[in-house]
Amino acid sequence: MTLREVNSENQQSQSGQPSHDRSALAQALTPALTVLISLVGLFLLWSLAATMWPSRAFPNPGQVWQVLVKDTVSGELPYHLGVTLARVAASFVLAMTIGSVIGIALGTYRRADQFFNAWVILFLNVPALVIIVLAYIWFGLNEVAAIGAVAVNKIPNVVVTMREGARALDPRYREMAQVYRFSALDRVRHILLPQLQPYFAAASRSGIALIWKIVLVVELLGRSNGVGFQIYLYFQLFDVAAILAYTLTFVAIMLLIELLLVQPFERHATRWRRRPA
Amino acid sequence: MQPVGAVAPLRVDIAEKTFRSAQGVSVTALKDLSFEVRHGEFACLLGPSGCGKTTTLRILLGLEKDFTGSFRLPGGEHNRVAAVFQEPTLLPWRTVEENIRLALPKSLRQTDLDSLFQTLGLSTMRSLYPSELSLGLARRVALARAFATEPAVLFLDEPFVSLDEQTAERLRYLLLSVWSARPTTALMVTHNVREALMLSDRIIVLSPRPGHVRGVFDVRLPRQYRNPQVMSDLGRSFREKFADVL
Repeated sequence: MTLREVNSENQQSQSGQPSHDRSALAQALTPALTVLISLVGLFLLWSLAATMWPSRAFPNPGQVWQVLVKDTVSGELPYHLGVTLARVAASFVLAMTIGSVIGIALGTYRRADQFFNAWVILFLNVPALVIIVLAYIWFGLNEVAAIGAVAVNKIPNVVVTMREGARALDPRYREMAQVYRFSALDRVRHILLPQLQPYFAAASRSGIALIWKIVLVVELLGRSNGVGFQIYLYFQLFDVAAILAYTLTFVAIMLLIELLLVQPFERHATRWRRRPA
Repeated sequence: MQPVGAVAPLRVDIAEKTFRSAQGVSVTALKDLSFEVRHGEFACLLGPSGCGKTTTLRILLGLEKDFTGSFRLPGGEHNRVAAVFQEPTLLPWRTVEENIRLALPKSLRQTDLDSLFQTLGLSTMRSLYPSELSLGLARRVALARAFATEPAVLFLDEPFVSLDEQTAERLRYLLLSVWSARPTTALMVTHNVREALMLSDRIIVLSPRPGHVRGVFDVRLPRQYRNPQVMSDLGRSFREKFADVL
């Protein structure tokens, strides 16, 4: 390090110190505040529209809230929500694990990729509904068929993303690891996974959104509990307020998972990247 | 008590190394390349660009398997090799210290690195990430990583390329001081004559492609006597001997 570099670093740390706390707090709050204001805006727009065109098929937020509270107190909503979340989690873990292994293998071995590429394209384009129906016919109306069908729908997407990731692996790091005789475990932990992290994050982001939508369809078609089943039930009763109550609660939970789990994990995994000054 | 293999030289006998391009054209990079680096000696592999210097190193590092001939690394059972690549090749997602410790064998993982960090001026940078370092500093970390492994033989592939001359010179002195504290058989690739004359005990000069040994230049003078005057004399006699290569 040259003397000039040392000096500039000292200056940075000196000038950065006093205002550090306040600006950090403001920085942390601004995104949350923006989201809050934008959600309040949407809520106001909805109330306004519901008052202008009153209809049983278009309840105002108050009515939805009433259903939400009633079903929460009765324990019905938490039960169905829990069941659906468990299915989402199981299919997600299954799809990410199997998809990553296949994707990395295809990205690493060209011959295998040339052979299986057609399969990947085929599975990418089979409609979710077909897979679900076939799974129920072949394996019966049970939990394994439901979770398996959702996972099979997601796996090709994970494969495609992780295959790109494996193709983009930097050979220099592999060679460095070879020269310094890294153990197999160290290679996976310190060379492979950090390079694949952005692809893994992309796959899980799009994965969670896709999976929970498909889980609802699976529940609608062949399960007797879960948010999808409830929505189908209320569809038959034409109870839009209940449909919205279930949907909004689930969306809120997914948002919380994103904010409290996915984003902090990503921040931790990318802490080494140079922050914009 | 040193094991018998530890004082063995680095012996290289590469009969031929050919590259096949994507269009099917084959290019012979190396032909009948043989030389030896004695135990504890610092040797430089010098030659015009494209003569197969880096290829030679890659073969010795075990990164190129497709060649005819053989080589023997010194060190017997303990034949750890270390390399400083053209680029620092630090893992961006690990700190300076983690980068160095990860390269160490399990038995050395907890070893005390203080004096090494001290010598290379890295003591205050242990917990920084590579993206926070200048290229010169990243190169120092790469040097620290190589020496920390206590290798039986050290390979350096133009470790000071694309640095400004002042920084490069500073790093050459740092390399010399670390190397004299932990002497090990070393082979460095360079195309900089001055650098080779300053650092090495002997310079192995390669011909243009296909690379083979054009001649060997021994620098018998101890390094502390290589002042600017002596260096320019050495340079002159080197250029007289190898006028056709450079």
